[in-house]
Amino acid sequence: MSARVTIVDYGLGNLHSVIKAFRYLGANVEIATDAQGLLAAPRLVVPGVGAFADGMQGLRARGQDAALRRRAAEGCPILGICLGAQLLLAAGEEFGRHEGLGLIAGTVRRIPDQGVKVPHVGWNRLWPPADDAERWRGSLLAATAPGTWAYFIHSYHAVPEDPAAVLAIARHGPHVITAAVRQQRIVGCQFHPEKSGPAGLAMLQAFLAEPA
Amino acid sequence: MPLRLIARLDIKAPNLVKGVRLEGLRVIGDPAEHAARYTAEGIDEIHYQDIVASLYQRNSIVDLVRATAERVFVPLTVGGGIRTIEDIRTLLRAGADKVCINTAAVRRPDFIREAATTFGSQCIVVAIEAIRQKSGRWEAFTDNGREHTGLDAYDWARRAVELGAGEILLTSVDREGTARGMDLEFIRSVGQGLPVPVVAHGGVGCPQHAVEAADLGVDGIAVAHVLHYRRHTIAELKAALAAAGHTVRMEAA
Repeated sequence: MSARVTIVDYGLGNLHSVIKAFRYLGANVEIATDAQGLLAAPRLVVPGVGAFADGMQGLRARGQDAALRRRAAEGCPILGICLGAQLLLAAGEEFGRHEGLGLIAGTVRRIPDQGVKVPHVGWNRLWPPADDAERWRGSLLAATAPGTWAYFIHSYHAVPEDPAAVLAIARHGPHVITAAVRQQRIVGCQFHPEKSGPAGLAMLQAFLAEPA
Repeated sequence: MPLRLIARLDIKAPNLVKGVRLEGLRVIGDPAEHAARYTAEGIDEIHYQDIVASLYQRNSIVDLVRATAERVFVPLTVGGGIRTIEDIRTLLRAGADKVCINTAAVRRPDFIREAATTFGSQCIVVAIEAIRQKSGRWEAFTDNGREHTGLDAYDWARRAVELGAGEILLTSVDREGTARGMDLEFIRSVGQGLPVPVVAHGGVGCPQHAVEAADLGVDGIAVAHVLHYRRHTIAELKAALAAAGHTVRMEAA
């Protein structure tokens, strides 16, 4: 039986790459354009490219924000990608301050741009946070080697209140960028696993292996 | 950011083709198959260049992008025949991550601004196909190096960035497909000092050619001939770049 995964379609950005990647991995992919489709889903993916406020507006208009909070409380594995990862946080500061899903305490802030180019676009290496080399144990990155390359394209990143919620970082010039966040079964990847070659596909495979 | 090695695939749908100086095309094979193989071998990005502008024809580049995105999981840039915002939307929806514009930008530079405002600079690449003139400067051309634009490549690159181009692709028409090495003087004089990523294209026939361009500080190197004719592998090219002190992504599956 192929693993089931539900992609949250909130009317924004490009879902196709994510859908194609999961299908390539043999998953049974469902697309939820409303709140109802989220309630029975065994695993949820929140993709998305675009601005924070537009993303929240899209989720709210469909009642998917409440459905995501409910599924999170029920322990459903949730994977946010890029904007989808940022929406997991409590608030975002892109074009003014906006409320997020609040599944992870913290704020989405602009990447510091002293001495570096923003947006941060291209391949960069993933590392565990400096204070905890073992942070990836038991996570989607458990089988990922520190220093693995991933594909990024963004100007904002998550800054969780609890430093322990930082799953992975990337270095951009002198700055440390949040590359992934995690709280229990909720993971957000700032990078695009579906564009990160074989290493990224392995992470999506690990998500499919999460017990529902 | 590591130096990107980009596989440039010229497309005459449904085929992958290759010419010399953008002319005299030979059929190489199936584009998606080649893109998938290069991805497995560690390429950092795929660039499809539709040389017959087939956007809305049967067997179009759009169908090919869609089919490719089902099995290629690295960033995909698509160029050729893009004239409108809707063309860009169509390609991004089909699975492209970036689009590459030349003729439409030359005809109406504000198209760059509109595209960058709508989709973000990061997905708008402006291609400059240049030929050296008697004056010693490089002129930008369109239509695979056949049509003069009267634009000086140095000035045009800077104007394109001002208008919102997120990346500049520099093609030396004289070297393209020759495997004789890149036009280093062109890359240096036009590419150096641009505030956005610069990709050099045209002439790589061996790892040393890529190293020479990398030493000039480019952000990406686009190769075609050297891979299509299996003269060298991606691993060989990257190993040479790494040995020369450049950071490259090295972890093919």
